[in-house]
Amino acid sequence: MKTKDQTLTVSIDRFDGTSHYQTTHDVPTRDNQTVLDVVTWIQQHDDPTLSYRFACRVGMCGSCAMNINGEPKWSCRTHVSKVVDAGSALRISPLRNMPILRDLSVDMTPFFDKWTQAVGYFVPTQTKDDPLPAIKSDDRDRAKANQSIECINCGICYSACDVVAANDAYLGPAALNRAWTLVNDERDGGAKERLEAVSSDAGCHNCHSQHGCSTYCPNLLAPATSIAGLKRQTLLNLLPWGSHDD
Amino acid sequence: MIDARLYLLQRLTAIAMLPLIATHLILMIVAINGGLTAEEILGRTQGSVGWALFYGSFVIFAAIHGAIGFRTIAYEWLIPNIRICSVASFGLLIVLIGLGLRAVYAVIVL
Repeated sequence: MKTKDQTLTVSIDRFDGTSHYQTTHDVPTRDNQTVLDVVTWIQQHDDPTLSYRFACRVGMCGSCAMNINGEPKWSCRTHVSKVVDAGSALRISPLRNMPILRDLSVDMTPFFDKWTQAVGYFVPTQTKDDPLPAIKSDDRDRAKANQSIECINCGICYSACDVVAANDAYLGPAALNRAWTLVNDERDGGAKERLEAVSSDAGCHNCHSQHGCSTYCPNLLAPATSIAGLKRQTLLNLLPWGSHDD
Repeated sequence: MIDARLYLLQRLTAIAMLPLIATHLILMIVAINGGLTAEEILGRTQGSVGWALFYGSFVIFAAIHGAIGFRTIAYEWLIPNIRICSVASFGLLIVLIGLGLRAVYAVIVL
């Protein structure tokens, strides 16, 4: 590990609301230092105007996602030693595909709007007075829903997606992954509306299966697989002889 | 910018083209054994309803498949306006069908 008197050169892509620029900082290295530690040190000791987001610091909330040496990652779960070779610099920039508010903070409104657009919300079929439905844990559809249910909306897959970069109307991997989870949830009643939403011009069929989303998902989910499931399900619904996904 | 129907149409035309492409490739490899002449090709195609249907359908499937692909690529890489891309790809569809069927007509009828 690096000793305490060593420093790390860090460059950050900045935005002050009108212009883009870059700042460089020398940050003392520490054992087990994360990129979030580095950014926090810069704000506390070098440049208090640096804007970034974080909350839990332990990889549960997904707030601290940023581009680290060109790859979208949670800064709190990224050890500097894993991304910087001896003598090389660390480059930090905001997530792609979302408007930058300031420095490393992006406006996630379009990202969340697309969740709604993809009907990425639960549509209840029962009331609180109905008995709880029994769902077997080994149920086939439930297994498919469980596969992609752990998404915490951090936006990493959305930032990693080259299709979103090329087509800003595209719903993106997170919203489509959520839609696929709900399509497989037997308690949900919004499947028809949801499958129509993801069959639109902005929907799942735009995916080029590059798997950037699955490559970078910090929760090891596979949104690309969910999108493939949606493609299969929507096409089967269009064909006269098929309406079920097996 | 591609919806489920265009996506399905592009996949169906791809599936339809598979046996046509295979036949075309095998035919080319077999036909050029011992040299290839215009007379030999025309001898095979002129007046043949079978080859007219084969290459006529090939042209139509390829034109549809290619025009849909062009529409997506044009939107993502050239012009982020789907109406312009749709009009341009429809134009491409007409041109490809026109040129393709003209070529089929030339080797079957003329």
